[in-house]
Amino acid sequence: MSGPLLRADHLTRRFGSFVAVDDVSFAVAAGEVVGLLGANGAGKTTVLRMLLGLLEPTDGLADLLGGPPDRSARARLGYVPQSLGLYGELTAWENAEFSAQAYGGAAVPLTGPLADQADHLVSDIGLGLQRQLAFHVALQHRPDVLVLDEPTSGVEPLARARLWDIVRAQADHGVGILVTTHYMQEARQCDRLLLMSRGRLVASGSEADIVAGTRVVEIIASSWTAVFAALSSASLPVSLAGRTVRVVDADPHRIEAILDKAGISAELRSVSPTIEERMTALAREAAPSS
Amino acid sequence: MTDGTYGVKDLYVTFGRNRALEDVTLAIPARQITAVVGGDGAGKSTLMRTLAGRYAPSAGLVAAPDARRIGYQSAASGSWADLTVGENVAFVGASYGLSGERLARRAEELLGRAGLGDVRDRLAGDLSGGMRAKLGFCLAMLHEPDLLILDEPTTGVDPVSRVEVWRLISEAAADGASVVLATTYMDEAERAASLLVLENGRTLLSGSPEDVVASLPGAIVETTAARRPEFSWRRGSAHREWWPAGAPEGEATIRPDLEDVVIVASLRELQTHRGVR
Repeated sequence: MSGPLLRADHLTRRFGSFVAVDDVSFAVAAGEVVGLLGANGAGKTTVLRMLLGLLEPTDGLADLLGGPPDRSARARLGYVPQSLGLYGELTAWENAEFSAQAYGGAAVPLTGPLADQADHLVSDIGLGLQRQLAFHVALQHRPDVLVLDEPTSGVEPLARARLWDIVRAQADHGVGILVTTHYMQEARQCDRLLLMSRGRLVASGSEADIVAGTRVVEIIASSWTAVFAALSSASLPVSLAGRTVRVVDADPHRIEAILDKAGISAELRSVSPTIEERMTALAREAAPSS
Repeated sequence: MTDGTYGVKDLYVTFGRNRALEDVTLAIPARQITAVVGGDGAGKSTLMRTLAGRYAPSAGLVAAPDARRIGYQSAASGSWADLTVGENVAFVGASYGLSGERLARRAEELLGRAGLGDVRDRLAGDLSGGMRAKLGFCLAMLHEPDLLILDEPTTGVDPVSRVEVWRLISEAAADGASVVLATTYMDEAERAASLLVLENGRTLLSGSPEDVVASLPGAIVETTAARRPEFSWRRGSAHREWWPAGAPEGEATIRPDLEDVVIVASLRELQTHRGVR
C-alpha cells in the first residue's frame, strides 16, 4: 500500500469534561520508526488505544492500514506491551505456539539464545531474553505494523542493541513502527519523534526539535555544593550532573545575581535540555501558577 | 577509608555455589553521586544490600558507617503500602530513635521538598509510582544518614518525577552525604560523578563517565551497512561498528557515548569467554 500504515487525523478523546487527547495528527509510513514521547498522563496510551481499535475516538480519525482498526486490520499488527504479554507459567515455546494459534498460523522456531530456552518456563528466564521472546511472538505472523511500548527498558546496553537490531531490520523490510517511550536511549533509535503534553502534540522532528523551547543553565564552580545550596535556597529547580549544577528554564541574570550575593564566582553556560528536562518544563508551564 | 568515603574492596559475595559478586571494588566519596549500572541480574542489588549490611561478604572488605548512619532504599519502593504517608514516617522514624519535635521537623522539611506535604493522610499504596518513589527516598533520608544507598530509586518512575527524585538525591549529596545508587538507565549514570558497570557480578567498567568513555580501545565508525556484524549495532537508521585497531583508512570516527562504550565492553567480554572455552 502507498499511504501511511498508521494515521491519527485530528484525533480527539474526551472522558466527561476531561480532554485526554486533543486534536492530534500524525502518520507512520512504511519503513519508518517513529517515537511517541510524553510524561505519564500526556495522552500516549489513549492515542495508542484508539489506533489499536480498543477505544472509540470522540472526534477525528484513527486509521490502521488505510482503514478503521477492526479485527482484520489488527491481524496485520504486532504489539509488544510494556508488560510483555507473556505467560510466565508456559514455556518459551508454548508461548510462541499459543500466540501463533491465536493468529491462525504456525509458530516460528526459536533461534539464537532463545533456542536454548525453548523448554524453560518464561518466569525462569531473564528479563533480556523475555523481551526477545516478546518480540519473537509479536513478529511471528509477519505484521505490517509494529507497536512497541518502552521495548528495552531495564535491559543492559548490549541486549538493548540486539533488540533494536531486530526492530531496525523490520523497518528495513518496510514495516512501519511506532514506539512509545520516555527514555533517551530509545528515542535516539527513532527516525522521527513526536512529543505529547497534556493531550496535545507539542513538538515533532529530531531530538533537537523536541527539546527546542527550553534551555538549561549549567553552572561550573570550584564548589558545586555551595552553588547548589545558594540556588536551592532561592527555590530554583536545581539538579546535578557530575559536578555541574543544572537549572531548567531559569534566567541566567537572576542566577548570576544570586551567586554574586553569595560570593561565589562561577561560569555559566546555556545548554540544551534532556528530553526529561523538557517534559518537566512543559509540565510546569501547564500547571496552574503557584 | 576516612572523611566520608565508603565502599567495597576486592569484594566477593557467594550464595551457595552461585557467585553473585566477584572481585568488585568501588569507592563512594562524600558530596557526590556514585552510580552502579547494569541490567537485570548483573549484581547491583547484591552490592547495595552488602553495603547496607544485609549480606555478609565471602571475601574482601566493606567500609560502611554504623547501621544507624546508613539510609537504605530497597528496589521495592521502601515504604509500607498499608500505612499512610504520616504513619510510614512515624514508624521508620521510631526505628531510628527519632520522635517528637525532631522527627516532626525533619519530616516537615523532607516531605515538603518532595512535594508530599499535602498527602500525609493518604495510604502509601494509593500514591502514584512517582510519589511512592519519593516517599521511599524520604524514609531512607529521615535520620540524615552519612551513607545513602538507593537501589533503583527511579525505575518505573515517570520522567517528570524522575527529574524530581534526581533533584532530591542531588540535595542529599550537597548536604554532605555519600550517595550510591543503582540504575539501569545510562543517561542517569552519565550524570553521576563516578560509575561502576557490572555484568554477571563482575566489573565491566569503572571511573568517571568522561574517563570511561575516553577509555574505549580502538574506534567506532558509522556506516550504512554492517561489515563486521558481530561488532556492529544500530543507532537509528545508521550502523555503528567497533574497530579495535582504529578506524579503516579514510573513515571518520564518531564520538561515542556511554551506551556505545558499554556495548563494546560487553562484546569484548563475550569474545574473551568464547576464547577461553
